[in-house]
Amino acid sequence: MKKICRHLFGHMDGFLLLIITALLIIGLAILYSASDQNMERVMYQVINIIVALIVMWVFSLIPPQQLSRFALPIYVLGLILLLAVSIHGEVRLGARRWLNLGITSIQPSELMKIAVPMMLAWYLDKPEAELRLKDFAVASLFLVLPVILILKQPDLGTALIIFASGFFVLFLAGLSWRIMGGFMLAFTAMIPVIWRHMHDYQRQRILTLFHPAQYRLGAGYHIIQSTIAMGSGGFFGQGWLHGTQAKLDFLPERSTDFIFAVFSEEFGFAGILMLVLLFVLLIWRCLVISVNAPTLFTRLLAGSITLTFFTYAFINMAMVSGILPVVGIPLPLISYGGTSIVTLLLGFGILMSINIHRKLVQT
Amino acid sequence: MHKIQSALKNYVVELKKFKIRLAIATGFMLAALVILIVRFGWLQIHQYAYYRTLAENNRVSVVPIAPNRGLILDRNGVVLAKNLPGYSLEITPSKIKSLKKVFSRLSRVVTVSPSDIRRFNKLRVESRRFESLPIRARLSEEEAARFAANQFAFPGVKIHARLYRYYPFANLYSHVIGYVGRINDANLNALEKAGELDDYRGSEHIGKTGVELSYEKVLHGTPGSDRIETDAGGHAVRDLGRTLPVPGDNVYLTIDSKLQQIANQAFGNYRGALVAIRPQTGAVLAMVSKPGFDPNLFVDGIDTINWQKLSDSPDHPLINRAIHSAYPPGSTFKPFVALAGLTLDPIVANQDVFDPGYYKLPGSSHIYHDWKRGGFGVVSLDRAITVSCDTFFYNLAYSLGIDPLAHYVEQFGFGHKTGIDMPGEGKGLIPTEAWKRKFYHKPWYPGETVISGIGQGYVLVTPLQLASAVATLANNGVIMRPHVVRSVQDPETGLIHLVHPVEEGRVNASQADLDRIRQDMITVTQPGGTAPGVGFNSPYLIAAKTGTAQVIGLKAGPDAGKRRDNAVFIAYAPADNPQIAVAVLVENGGEGGVTAGPIARKVMDYFILGKVPATPAPVLTGSTPGGNKSE
Repeated sequence: MKKICRHLFGHMDGFLLLIITALLIIGLAILYSASDQNMERVMYQVINIIVALIVMWVFSLIPPQQLSRFALPIYVLGLILLLAVSIHGEVRLGARRWLNLGITSIQPSELMKIAVPMMLAWYLDKPEAELRLKDFAVASLFLVLPVILILKQPDLGTALIIFASGFFVLFLAGLSWRIMGGFMLAFTAMIPVIWRHMHDYQRQRILTLFHPAQYRLGAGYHIIQSTIAMGSGGFFGQGWLHGTQAKLDFLPERSTDFIFAVFSEEFGFAGILMLVLLFVLLIWRCLVISVNAPTLFTRLLAGSITLTFFTYAFINMAMVSGILPVVGIPLPLISYGGTSIVTLLLGFGILMSINIHRKLVQT
Repeated sequence: MHKIQSALKNYVVELKKFKIRLAIATGFMLAALVILIVRFGWLQIHQYAYYRTLAENNRVSVVPIAPNRGLILDRNGVVLAKNLPGYSLEITPSKIKSLKKVFSRLSRVVTVSPSDIRRFNKLRVESRRFESLPIRARLSEEEAARFAANQFAFPGVKIHARLYRYYPFANLYSHVIGYVGRINDANLNALEKAGELDDYRGSEHIGKTGVELSYEKVLHGTPGSDRIETDAGGHAVRDLGRTLPVPGDNVYLTIDSKLQQIANQAFGNYRGALVAIRPQTGAVLAMVSKPGFDPNLFVDGIDTINWQKLSDSPDHPLINRAIHSAYPPGSTFKPFVALAGLTLDPIVANQDVFDPGYYKLPGSSHIYHDWKRGGFGVVSLDRAITVSCDTFFYNLAYSLGIDPLAHYVEQFGFGHKTGIDMPGEGKGLIPTEAWKRKFYHKPWYPGETVISGIGQGYVLVTPLQLASAVATLANNGVIMRPHVVRSVQDPETGLIHLVHPVEEGRVNASQADLDRIRQDMITVTQPGGTAPGVGFNSPYLIAAKTGTAQVIGLKAGPDAGKRRDNAVFIAYAPADNPQIAVAVLVENGGEGGVTAGPIARKVMDYFILGKVPATPAPVLTGSTPGGNKSE
C-alpha cells in the first residue's frame, strides 16, 4: 500500500504541495466570506481545485523530455484555436474570448499561457550552439503572434501575462541588455500611438489611477472602494466574515479579481504579511527547482513559470491597492475561477516533474 | 573529447548565465515586493484612521429625525398652533428630466393646481440646497392612496408622511404667532453662521415671524438620529440604534384667546391695531393688527400670486401694526405732556390758561387752532385733559421746550423699543432739536414744539408703546416690560417654566401728580368728557384719553376717501384697581371717542365682567365735534 502510494505520489514535491494547499485553503476561506457565505460557490471552487490537482498530478508524471516533444504541436494547436476565436468566437461581456466546442466553451488564450513559454523554451534549447540574435528574433515572433491575437479579443490581462511568460524565457535565455533597452526605448516612443489605439475604458482605467476621485462613480469606484477596504483593515483586520466593504456590496468583483481587498480588510496588514510570506516561500522553492533543472528547456520553462506566477500576484496586489491600473488578472491560487487554477497548478505540475526528473537525468 | 568538453563548457557557461539572469529577476521581484509592502503599510497603518472613517461612512448612514415642534397655546391652554399629521408629495428635481411632463402626469393622479406649480417653482429658487421639494402638501387620504398605487410610474417623486404646522385660528393670530415656513437659503446661511445647522438636520421648517420666530429656539427642539447600516445600493440592512429627538417646548401666550377674538371682531372692517396689557405684569392680553392674513398659506411656501396679493395690498396686511407701525398719538399724548409739566415746571402747569380757540406764539402771527372753535375760555390742567383742550397743551409744551419734554416722555417707552418678546418692533419717534438737525439739517422751529404738545408733528408712537405707557400710568408709574409669552412647558415632563415679568424702572413723577392725571382721565369717560359714551352704563370706572390724529402725507386721488383722521384711544380699568390697559388705533377711524373707544370698551367689558358683546355696543356721541385737528 505504502509502496503504491509512493509510486503514485512520490514524484510530487511535498514542500510545494504543502504551500499550495495552504494558499488554496486560504482562498476557500476568503471566498466563503466574499461570496456572503455562499457554500455552493465554495463547493464549486473545491471541484475546480480537485480538477486542477488532478491535472497537476498528471503533469508531474510526464517527464520533461516527453513534454518538450509536445511543445510545438500544442503551440500550433493553440494558435489555430486563437485564430478560430477571432473568426468564430463567442462574444461575452464585449470581448471575443471563448470558443464554443459544442459541449463546452473554452478560452484558447488560457492554453497559450503554458504553450507559449513551452514553445519558446523548446525552441531556444539548442545544445549544439550558442544562441544567436536570429534565434531570439524567431522566438520573439512566436511570442508576439499569439499576444497580438489575444490583445485583439480584447484581453489585456491575459495578453500581458502571456507576453510576460514569453519574455521571461527570452530574458533567462540571455537576451542581450542592449536589445531589451532598445525595445524599452521603442516602447516608450510608441506610448502615444498605443494610447490612441486603446479602448476608452482602458484609457479611463489608467487615468483613474492618477485621479480616482474624478471618476468616483465610474472607473474610479473600484479603486476607491478597494483602497478603502484595504486601509480600513488596519494592522489586524476586521476579522474573518466581518469586512463591511465586502459584505455590504461596496467592493466589486470581490470573489475574483478583487478578492485580495476582502482579504486585506478582514485580515489586515498582519494577514497580508502572512500571505506574502507563503508566496515568497512558494517562489523560493520554484527558483531552487529552476536552478537545479537539468536542461536549458526545463530551466527556461521552470524559470518562466516561476516569474509569471510572481507577476500574477504582483499585478493583482498592485492593482487592488491602487498602484497599477485595473486589469483583469486574478490573485493566483486565491481568486475564484476554474481556468486560472487549472492553468496555475498545471504549471506547478510541470515544475514538480522537472524537480523529480532532474535526478534521473543526472544519473 | 574536445566536442564533449566544449559542450560541457557550454553547459557550465549557460548555467552560470541562467543563474545570473535568475538572480537579477529575483532582485526585481524583491524590489517589487518592497514596493507592495510599503504601499500596504501606508494604507493599512499610516492611513488607517482615514480609511476606517471612509468605510464607516460608507456603511453607516445617519438619518436625522426631526423633532416635533412645540405647540403654541393661549393663557388658558387653547391651542393656537399645532402639528397635524399629513402626507406631502415631494419631487427631487435632479432626478427628473422634464418637470412639466411630470406635473401633467401627476395631475392625473392627484390634484396639482397652477398655484402648486408656482409655489414649487418659487421654492426651487429659494431652497437650492434642498434635494427634494414639496409639490403638494396635505394630500387627502384618498390622494395619498392613489399616488402610492401609482408610485412606480413616478421615479423622483415620493410621498412623505410628516407633521404640518397648522394655525386653527388663521387670521386671528397672524401677527402675534406669525408662521413657520420652509427653510430657505438665507435661513441656512444664518444657521450656519450661528453654528446651529446641526439642530436643523431633517427639519424643513423654521419660524419666520412673530412668536414662531422669537421663540424659535424654544419651539424647535433637538433632532434625533437613526443610524442605519446600508449596502452599496443604499438599501437599509439593519438598524444600529437611534437617538430619539427631543421635542420643542410648548409655549403658552399671555393672550386670552376669547379676548383676542372679541377685540378682532370689534374692529369690523377698520384697519388698525389694539394692544391690551395687564399693567402689573406687562403681560399682553390681546394684540390685534387689522387686517390680518392666513398664516397657513406660508407654511409650505406661498405661491407667487397669493404672495403678491398680500404684499401689494394697500391695506398692508403683512405688517404688524400693533408693534411695528408708528402713528401720531394725537391727544392721547396729552396726559404724558401734562405729567411732564407737573414734574418739570409745576408753576406753569398749575397756571390756568385762557383759551380763545387758538394759540399764538409771542411775536408771531401764526395761529394754532384749538379743535373747538371759540375755545374753552379759562382752562386748568385738569379740565384741559377732560375736554382735551389744545391751547393749554400748546402753551405747556412751548414753556417746557422740546428737549425736556422729549426727554421726559421717553421714560414712558416712547421713542424706543419696549423690548417685547416679538420680532419686528418699531421705535416710533420722539423728536428733539438734535434729531432734527441730524436728519433734516435744519434748526428746530418753536412752532414744532407747540404741535408736539398735542401729539402731532414729528411725534410718532406704536400702539404697543401707547398701551405700555398707559399701563405704566395705571401701575403707578412702574414700567413693566410688555411680553406675550407667559410660560414655557417641557412636553415630556409637563414641567412649566414661568416667564417672570421684568420691571424696567419707575417714571419720574410724584404719586400726587400721577393720581391727579389718573383722576383727570376718569373724567374723560364721564359726562362732560370727550368719551362719555365709553363710560356709559359701565359698572366700573374707566380712565381714558381720546385722540383724533391728523394723518399727514396721505396723497390725494383715489384714496381721498381714506383721508379721515386716525382714531386713537387709550384706557385702563377699573380705574380704582386697574386690571387691563388698552390702546386702540383705528386708521381713518375719525374721532377716537367714537370709533376707537367702543372697541376698547368691549375688550374691557369682556375682561373685567366676562361679558360678550352680543350686538354692536350702542354708540353714544358726547360733546365730540369733528373736522378739527384734534379732540
